[in-house]
Amino acid sequence: MYRYDEFDHQFVQERTAQFRDQANRRLSGALTEDEFRPLRLMNGLYLQLHAYMLRVAIPYGTLSSKQMRQLAYIADKWDRGYGHFTTRQNIQYNWIKLEDTADILAALAEVEMHAIQTSGNCIRNVTTDHWAGAAADEIADPRPVGELLRQWSSLHPEFSYLPRKFKIAVTGAPNDRAAVKVHDIGLRLHRNDAGAIGWEVMVGGGQGRTPMIAVTVRDFLPERELVAYIEAIMRVYNLYGRRDNKFKARIKILVHEIGAEKFKAEVEAEYARRPEQTTHVEEKELQRIAAYFAPPAFEKLSRFSPAFEEAKLLHPGFARWARNNLAAHRVDGYTIVNISLKPEGGIPGDATSDQMRLMAELAERYSHDELRVSHPQNIILPHVKKDDALAIWQALVPAELATANYGLAGDIIACPGMDYCSLATARSIPISQAISRKFADLDVQEKIGPVKINISGCINACGHHHVGHIGILGLDKKGEEFYQITLGGSSAENASIGSILGPGFAGHEVADAIEKILTTYVKLRQPGEEFLYAYRRLGPQPFKEALYAAA
Amino acid sequence: MSEVEKGQVMTANRLRDGEVVFLTRSGEWNEKIDEAVLALEPQATAALEARANEDVKATLVTGSYLFDAERVGGKIRALHMRERIRTLGPTVRLDLGKQAEGTGGAFAFKEA
Amino acid sequence: MPLLKNNAFITDSWLHLGAEDALPEGGNVTIPFSRLKNEWESLAKFPGQLGAVLSNTDHAEDVAHFLPHLALVVLPFPAFVDGRAYSIARQIRLLGYRGELRATGNILPDQFQYMTQVGFSSFEVSERFPLQSWQQASKQMSLAYQRGLYRRVGEAEVWSERHADTAPEPTPWEEQPHAG
Ligand code: HEM
Ligand code: SF4
Repeated sequence: MYRYDEFDHQFVQERTAQFRDQANRRLSGALTEDEFRPLRLMNGLYLQLHAYMLRVAIPYGTLSSKQMRQLAYIADKWDRGYGHFTTRQNIQYNWIKLEDTADILAALAEVEMHAIQTSGNCIRNVTTDHWAGAAADEIADPRPVGELLRQWSSLHPEFSYLPRKFKIAVTGAPNDRAAVKVHDIGLRLHRNDAGAIGWEVMVGGGQGRTPMIAVTVRDFLPERELVAYIEAIMRVYNLYGRRDNKFKARIKILVHEIGAEKFKAEVEAEYARRPEQTTHVEEKELQRIAAYFAPPAFEKLSRFSPAFEEAKLLHPGFARWARNNLAAHRVDGYTIVNISLKPEGGIPGDATSDQMRLMAELAERYSHDELRVSHPQNIILPHVKKDDALAIWQALVPAELATANYGLAGDIIACPGMDYCSLATARSIPISQAISRKFADLDVQEKIGPVKINISGCINACGHHHVGHIGILGLDKKGEEFYQITLGGSSAENASIGSILGPGFAGHEVADAIEKILTTYVKLRQPGEEFLYAYRRLGPQPFKEALYAAA
Repeated sequence: MSEVEKGQVMTANRLRDGEVVFLTRSGEWNEKIDEAVLALEPQATAALEARANEDVKATLVTGSYLFDAERVGGKIRALHMRERIRTLGPTVRLDLGKQAEGTGGAFAFKEA
Repeated sequence: MPLLKNNAFITDSWLHLGAEDALPEGGNVTIPFSRLKNEWESLAKFPGQLGAVLSNTDHAEDVAHFLPHLALVVLPFPAFVDGRAYSIARQIRLLGYRGELRATGNILPDQFQYMTQVGFSSFEVSERFPLQSWQQASKQMSLAYQRGLYRRVGEAEVWSERHADTAPEPTPWEEQPHAG
């Protein structure tokens, strides 16, 4: 894991002091709210429905046990004993006081964390594959580049007042778990025939009210050119992105309006203007960072773990959890543990401080002191010996953290919606709770197989509804909440935007509708065909009939 | 049946801690909606707005606005779900927010 | 409006002409960029110093041709959240411009350090903020991760410091003592 050196420490400390001063000036009236808002947002502080909300960055989703414990401490001391893990590898606290915020930032700085640029029209927390460094299909660990970009984007003087927010995601594996094609910039690692590493650079993806899939502007950019090239993209966006209408201000609109070819030409022209010699230091820096991400000292184990196999025979509950929540690790004898933050009827992504401390302890004992926050709002122990899986499961069960639904219908992504969010047009959490209760029977979930159900409480799409296999969007119809269903979205390497199926539903009808859709799928699927592929083969018609024909 | 009056309530967030507050008859900000003034005619809403703007300038509160509400049996309730959630707390965490702190007012969300 | 330069409020020695105003005999004058382009043939013979007032939709490469003849470039921030001028400033500095680069419009102490880092050297600011608020704002962050920025004594670029052994020749404009 990356560790701060004296520069990084000094940087976040100065930044915290700067924010303390800004907050004091606001409280004294020296700054107006209009002047203060962008400043607090650039430190992750929103004003939400009930109070201030603080969004803390978990860069590229990686956390140590100590950091997770500090998040729990913050939840207890300054919030209400819990936090919400988000799809962008952040954690949000919902009951924060402005007058406490600088102290919280100082507590974060103690454990090498911050809330810098988790909001505002600047470059946001860089996200990546939550299985980075552990996944069996990975070409190389993308996190060094994530850290490089974290540093480079922090308080970038040129790119702190962009037309709109800017999100970068990085993946080092062919199976995209980081949704890179729906980010402003998506980076995907490739290895060429000569064995060299290069990055595919994709630009202009995004969700919100105009969802778009990113276009590739470079197929194979040498690693040492990444920072300079991204700066060229940012400059073109900063200069030409629209500022007249905030709904048209994301880079995707610029790419779309001037066309991918013209956009690419602008970027290449800007890149060509750059002084060449800037790359050596970046290259050195990347090497320095990469050393921190050297794999932990794995033991040499056999692929087959008798203890693990025996435990599965003894405990059917464990066997099910092992089947659904463990993933292939690149090292023999190890596994990736996916802890579901989606208990039946629970609030997706929420964890209490006690749960955080338990997960921290398990990571310390069994996972080389490392945890990950995943984009589908779960927590991951990346490096676990198969031999230890049973002990972990047994510790998770009493904490309601052992739900065996990873990647299944109960593993729902949901934004906070109207229960917390001031922009919402409808609630999203109660919908996810109703669906999760409807599919409480894990046998049923397993029979249905992998499916992504994503729920947003408004068109901003924080709950990724556009790219859910099944997406649910909460809207307001004459003062009543109602919900639109889309099918066929995906945020993976086969990315696509879902299509609206038909008229929307009242809140209490949604879970039934989802059940009908999934029953129809089970009836019509071919052997082994996952929901997304069945939908792509069948089209919307059978699902429309199931939902609307009878009425 | 008790009389129902419809009108508007002025709300904002207290600047220093973000707490949701409502403007009362005495021109103070209070955490309970039941203490709020329900403005029934334009003159009254204009007075609330003037008062709120002053307090925004004085950095007591921020983000003030009026919302539609009704008085039923002497108690005030927001008309729209969003404002109800603001006056009570999250519908999915009845243990949190004003509803749990006894400042939510007379109306409540039911257990799901 | 006070003009902030080299940590002090000074009086503006420039005359700012509009699109139609007659040229004086000499002295320091700024001209809107569109007029500068159109009337360059006669302006090139102006005996005093020339400056250009850009808008933040002007392209740096269009300005490039005139830069060697300019002693002042003025770039506006119509709103403090409109960040286009940061990029134009960097482009103009990358084109080799060494003269005064002035920020006007909606400028707050909280953006001041970013502006100096991208190469602004003078600032038309509001009376609302006393000199000391600018001096304080300019000292808040002593480190930057980005390279190739303008900096002042006591400010460092983290990556260059970490790799001082391999850092290439500094770009020429880094050596400039910083104003502001
Ligand atoms: C509660 C406070 C939140 C506010 C005010 C908020 C605001 C917004 C807005 C305005 C957009 C649309 C941006 C655009 O289209 O230009 C957006 C998009 C998004 N937000 Fe949030 N959000 C909040 C919470 C969250 C949470 C909890 C998550 C994660 C679960 C999240 C993740 C995202 C993602 C992934 C997108 C779509 C990506 C994209 O814009 O392309 N946000 N948010
Ligand atoms: S999708 Fe809408 S309701 Fe949900 S968190 Fe984002 S802004 Fe709020």
